[in-house]
Amino acid sequence: MTEKLIKDSDIAIQINDLNLWYGTTHALKDISIDIPRNKVTSLIGPSGCGKSTFIRCLNRMNDLIRSCRIEGEVLVDGENIYDDNVDVVELRKRVGMVFQKPNPFPMSIADNISYGPRIHGEKDKKRLESITEEALSSAALWDEVSDRLSKSALDLSGGQQQRLCIARTLAVKPEIILFDEPCSALDPISTAKIEELIMDLKNEYTIVIVTHNMQQAARISDYTAYFLLGELIEYGDTEQIFENPQEKSTEDYITGRFG
Amino acid sequence: MRLNPKISEKIAFALIGVSISIVIFAVTVILYYIISNGYSAISWSFLTEMPRSRMTEGGIFPAIVGTITLIIGSMLAALPLGILAAVYLNEYSKPGRFKWTVEMAINNLAGTPSVVFGLFGLALFVRYFGFGPSVIAASLTLAILVIPVIIRSSQEALLAVPMEYRQASLALGITQWQTVKNIVLPAALPGIVTGSILSIGRVAGETAPILFTGAAYFLPRVPSSIFDQFMALPYHLYVLATSGLDITGTRHIQYGTAMVLLLIVLGVNSIAILIRRHYRKKLRL
Amino acid sequence: MVFKRQHKERLLESTLFIVSSITIIILFLICLFLFRDALILFRTESLIDFISGSFWYPTSEPPLYGLLPLLLGSLVVTFGAICISVPLGITSAIYISEIANPKIADFLKPFVEILAGIPSVVYGFFGLVVLAPYIQNLLDLPTGQVALTGSIMLAIMALPTIISISEDAISSIPSSMREGSLAMGATRWQTIYKVVLPAALSGISAAVMLGMGRAIGETMTVMMVTGNAAVIPGMPEGIVESVRTMTATIALEMGEVPMGSEHYHALFAVGSVLFIMTFLINLIADLIKNKYRFKLEGS
Repeated sequence: MTEKLIKDSDIAIQINDLNLWYGTTHALKDISIDIPRNKVTSLIGPSGCGKSTFIRCLNRMNDLIRSCRIEGEVLVDGENIYDDNVDVVELRKRVGMVFQKPNPFPMSIADNISYGPRIHGEKDKKRLESITEEALSSAALWDEVSDRLSKSALDLSGGQQQRLCIARTLAVKPEIILFDEPCSALDPISTAKIEELIMDLKNEYTIVIVTHNMQQAARISDYTAYFLLGELIEYGDTEQIFENPQEKSTEDYITGRFG
Repeated sequence: MRLNPKISEKIAFALIGVSISIVIFAVTVILYYIISNGYSAISWSFLTEMPRSRMTEGGIFPAIVGTITLIIGSMLAALPLGILAAVYLNEYSKPGRFKWTVEMAINNLAGTPSVVFGLFGLALFVRYFGFGPSVIAASLTLAILVIPVIIRSSQEALLAVPMEYRQASLALGITQWQTVKNIVLPAALPGIVTGSILSIGRVAGETAPILFTGAAYFLPRVPSSIFDQFMALPYHLYVLATSGLDITGTRHIQYGTAMVLLLIVLGVNSIAILIRRHYRKKLRL
Repeated sequence: MVFKRQHKERLLESTLFIVSSITIIILFLICLFLFRDALILFRTESLIDFISGSFWYPTSEPPLYGLLPLLLGSLVVTFGAICISVPLGITSAIYISEIANPKIADFLKPFVEILAGIPSVVYGFFGLVVLAPYIQNLLDLPTGQVALTGSIMLAIMALPTIISISEDAISSIPSSMREGSLAMGATRWQTIYKVVLPAALSGISAAVMLGMGRAIGETMTVMMVTGNAAVIPGMPEGIVESVRTMTATIALEMGEVPMGSEHYHALFAVGSVLFIMTFLINLIADLIKNKYRFKLEGS
């Protein structure tokens, strides 16, 4: 079924038989899923279902967890990111990530954005400035902060901080952006802004988002995957998942009968 | 007989109050004696003149210079080693036998008596390396004494840097070392500085480690090379108070020396505490 | 370029690895150099005589290197210091973390740190010129430079260690425990005594061990105030007589012995005993602390 869902030429990330253990806990079981290019794919499921663990496999952030062991393939543009010769640093440039809690660096707004490009070798001040403006504009933050770029990023509101983190990711020019519950710490107005932003961004980027908010998944995503206890239960077109789920447990979750 | 809980609470709290008062009283008395007696001994000439008449008159200039030299020498050796070791332990090493052994070693070195460090410095630097009693032998001995202190406080500072900063930087495709250098170390800097300053206070006040590694009983000049012997404030105080030419007649010089030593150490420590308070408030934001 | 960068990262990591093993290297070197110079003594002296010898007369003919008077000297002074500083230290820690209002606690904590910062030679100086004459007059002794004076000064010096580590242990007890007890109508003191202190016990024990390590290893202060008579202290009158500790012996005599002489090696042997003792004390403190950390994490 999954094979038919997305044409081969549209696949941005292809995951084959992914298994993950934390020590002896089997946290992800035989996950196979294709993520389409320039679409928003959302991952839903009750907490502890493995959706956050899964998204962190896509740019190897799980490498930071010591007891973690991974088997299976994650192909980004046809290349398995778990191959020995893959450079994690290069991978993360291509697959950016925005975290649950806004995590700006304790620097100025401008320095937060230019941090990535600068370390990746961009030295020209003019270029850095234009990258900063571009990234902030794409993250719909430029108008709010253009007059205080040298102020500390920590003085921004939570929603602004999260958009700053998105802008910071955009400045590195990734192909894919992973969002790990980006709105869970934000108020409804900020959440709406971020959702709007995500829908704009899909024209240029492939987007995967973990959310515990089903309405959010329904509003912004093209495809939805439902996880339960480390297994992928159902994956499909968002409309189909929400209106006509094939699996009983998906339906239970979506209708709120779960747990 | 059972006491009414309210009454026993009153008694207990009263005793605790007495106890903390004793502690405060003891510190106050010590500081009061040193400061009230040392205050009158200190003058510009006391700080800038050589000792005269076999140390019964004159100033303590060479001892001040010696102590400052020791601080600089030991910090040059201990700071880079201590901070980099802490970086490895916190940012790179995985929990396991190596880390366990290092932390065990740190704990034990931190509790090793300073006179043992003195013996070690004598055996290794003075004799084995053939430095003789000298600035370099004493500085290296003191460096070894404070390395565990610096590693511990730097580790604490690094631990206080939120994990999110590291994740955010790594997720931008930035290497681990670049992340450490550009994000983690700057964020941990105030804590590291505080720890380093506290270890300066420690170096300035230590006597036992320099007894056999280079401190001179009397040397009316400042050291001219790192292989020269030196005078130092704590040793000078010890000498004057226990084996000087005129022990009771030179009390004012002793108090003055104690006061200068105390001012250096407490001044340095207060700066460290202030820095830490300042940045704690800022980080809470 | 990727290749080069990965190489650079690897190189940095291995450099840092080597730097971080410095503490292990130092510990190893200390053992090596201390024990090597100490063992040379036992070519000419028997180990039994050293450990059980009651006389330390390194300059008599023939010289006697008996550890006992020095070891007992250290133990008497340390024991006295612990008797004074443990009750004062623990109650002060209780006061700071449980009773004082936050403003006073905020003032007291740096105060304790200042106490920790005062150099030992300054404590020794104070003990020598102020406390020793006072003790002499008070107890009508021939000299004030006795074990008791050393114990009092060491007690003051061990206080910061005991207070700050006990305070850490006490404040790491989750407030839910206190609330649980208070909610049942227990007084604050009952809560402290029956709930908080037992829960913090292993942390407090570690604090006491470390305070003891600090006291037994202290050199300058005891050397300046205990009179340094190398005789086996009597019981109980030894507390008001002059004693000489292991640390003071090393510090006093090392400056005057010819390097490489028998006496020189005897002092290294004393240093080795001191090192082994503090090593064990630290190890025990470490084990206690780890135990209590696991316990708290488990709950």
